[in-house]
Amino acid sequence: MTTMTESITDNPPPQAPVPNDGRQRDRAEGIVLSEYPRQETELGGKTIGKISCENPFMVVEDVNVYYGDNHAIRNVSLEIAKKEVIALIGPSGCGKSTFLRCLNRMNDSIESARVTGKIMLDGQDIYAKEQDPVALRARVGMVFQKPNPFPKSVYDNVAYGPRIHGLAGDRAELDAIVHSSLERAGLLKEVKDRLDEPGTSLSGGQQQRLCIARTIAVNPEIILMDEPCSALDPIATARIEDLMDELCEDYAIVIVTHSMQQAARVSRRVAYFHLGLLVEVDETNKIFTNPQHKLTEDYITGRIG
Amino acid sequence: MQSTTLILMLVFMSAAAFYFGRRRSLATVGGPGHGSALHSLPGYYGYYVAIWCAIPSLLILLIWLIIEPRLVVAMVIEGLPEAYRTLSEGEINLLVNNIQNLASGDAVSVEVDAALLEAASSFNAYIDRSRDLLAVFALGIAGLGGAIAWRGIHADLRARNRVESVVRWALVAASSIAVLTTIGIVLSVLFEALRFFQKVPITEFLFGLNWSPQTAIRADQVGSSGSFGAVPLFTGTLLITGIAMFVAVPVGLMTAIYLAEYSTRRVRAIAKPLLEVLAGIPTVVYGFFAALTVAPWIRRVGESLGLQVASESALAAGVVMGIMIIPLVSSLSDDAINAVPAAMRDGALGLGSTRSETMTKVILPAALPGIVGGILLAVSRAIGETMIVVMAAGLSANLTANPLEAVTTVTVQIVTLLVGDQEFDSAKTLAAFALGLMLFVVTLGLNVLGLSVVRKYREQYE
Repeated sequence: MTTMTESITDNPPPQAPVPNDGRQRDRAEGIVLSEYPRQETELGGKTIGKISCENPFMVVEDVNVYYGDNHAIRNVSLEIAKKEVIALIGPSGCGKSTFLRCLNRMNDSIESARVTGKIMLDGQDIYAKEQDPVALRARVGMVFQKPNPFPKSVYDNVAYGPRIHGLAGDRAELDAIVHSSLERAGLLKEVKDRLDEPGTSLSGGQQQRLCIARTIAVNPEIILMDEPCSALDPIATARIEDLMDELCEDYAIVIVTHSMQQAARVSRRVAYFHLGLLVEVDETNKIFTNPQHKLTEDYITGRIG
Repeated sequence: MQSTTLILMLVFMSAAAFYFGRRRSLATVGGPGHGSALHSLPGYYGYYVAIWCAIPSLLILLIWLIIEPRLVVAMVIEGLPEAYRTLSEGEINLLVNNIQNLASGDAVSVEVDAALLEAASSFNAYIDRSRDLLAVFALGIAGLGGAIAWRGIHADLRARNRVESVVRWALVAASSIAVLTTIGIVLSVLFEALRFFQKVPITEFLFGLNWSPQTAIRADQVGSSGSFGAVPLFTGTLLITGIAMFVAVPVGLMTAIYLAEYSTRRVRAIAKPLLEVLAGIPTVVYGFFAALTVAPWIRRVGESLGLQVASESALAAGVVMGIMIIPLVSSLSDDAINAVPAAMRDGALGLGSTRSETMTKVILPAALPGIVGGILLAVSRAIGETMIVVMAAGLSANLTANPLEAVTTVTVQIVTLLVGDQEFDSAKTLAAFALGLMLFVVTLGLNVLGLSVVRKYREQYE
């Protein structure tokens, strides 16, 4: 009993189901958590709620991810619409970041990673042989957990993407892209006179907004955000959240977050992951007021996670 | 008593002191179960007593062994007959040397007379007595120090802090050895170089275009006026270093890029140790590889193209030196590239960069300070490298930029000036020290430059 409690509350839960020895029981409910994944897999990994949406832009079908022998994502299907914010929540190690990195094939750079299933972006399979991951990543931008501006000036950070993709014909066009991107990332006022200073000289929250500006400068269709506020203070977090509200008028945003308040504030839909399974997806309101699955309820009420 | 025996006894006493000190600390608080009443762990009290036992005694031993020979020699001279005592200083030194040799049973360079024999035996007697006194003194101090420290043990004694401060001083002493050695080397080179500059004006040395360090031994000797213009040596060094870097930097850097970014783990696991093997080859082996394999090959190829190639060309030495330096450049660049946070790579890839764009536009600029620092280190290595150039570069001090001609380097000249029997007051020999000083100044300057470049452009990653 103590073992399991510890492993749920303090440590990331094991990626693969541990064999149930009859002792690992949840304190409050007496359910065997470690059996869930197995049961779900046997049931075909049925996700509760609505995985589909109107006008799906990105369609994920039966995706599995393996790191070597480790089955990190199990039969996940999900649809993502244009101009919506969808939040992925779940305890550490549940696979939400792995899932996110599948969407722009960032897992390609991990040697042992293997992805099966189908992910369609606007009708094209992004894992198809003829698909170039480089072109894909220009369409599916990504913002990372820790702000990671390049060791270049603020201007060059934003201009980096347009330059490598040849988006600007001349210097004036490039200037316009940089300015509008900084403007839309809500950073222009603060850095207007500091465009030549290194990006790393900005504060943490400014750096993260610089990374967002850098991402929108290549005009992506979807922006993936992997816990974008976990390294920031509440004020910088609030600015980023406001920014997401504005950005979702043009882009689909998929955000991984550990903060349920943040998920509730910014997203229209929420997907709850547990041990590599997509347990439940629904409207944000519904997930937080009336979750259907026991695990979802336990997580959002703070019993696990 | 032999000093080794003495030291062994001191070690033994210190071990005993440790044991007793530890036991007493526990005894003062009422047994092993009450160790928490002590200020420090019981072992620290043991070390405390052992330090008081060993260190004063070792200091006495050290000072004694430094003073002893002088004292004994002075006493032996005092005991010599009048005739010997009035000799000049040099002759007395020779005499003392002979007495010491006689005392230890080695060969002696003069006729042995009764006075010498007596001096030798009294020398031995003094030494024996001195050693006996030393043993009594050192062991006595050890016992006394240990006993006082042992008696001073009480529960509130801050044994750990005292032991730690001794350890800290030991660390300071260890780290100052390198610094002091460097200072010593610089000073010794500096003073000899100053002597050289008294004979040859520094302007001639720095700006003269002719190097021919043969000075006349006899006044009537012909054709050996000696000229000490170091410019041809430095241009030769520069030429060979330049060729070496021309080989090592691109190859090393590309190796590092491949290993850090493109190779699979298996290739890396094989290639890295192989590169380290290349770094482990003795330079003398590179030297004969250059002299016997590469130089003749370059000469043949050059001649088949109708070029004049010296059999000891700068090109051969430089290329082989470059090969020698590849591992240095590649491993330092590899470190610099790997030190770039993975977040940079992810960020660039996430924006849709290709691998090569990620490499050239993000990772290399971020790693550049480390790479430049590594290259500057490699340059100072190339400038200071001796064996390859001694064997493959030749001795003629040509002022030329043609890599197919023979040139000579600073290090080669230092070697040739100092090899064999030399008189240490001629300009020819002293020139080696002036060259050494210049070499030291140049490499020091390069290292300082390298470090400041690295510091200035280093990005602060969290």
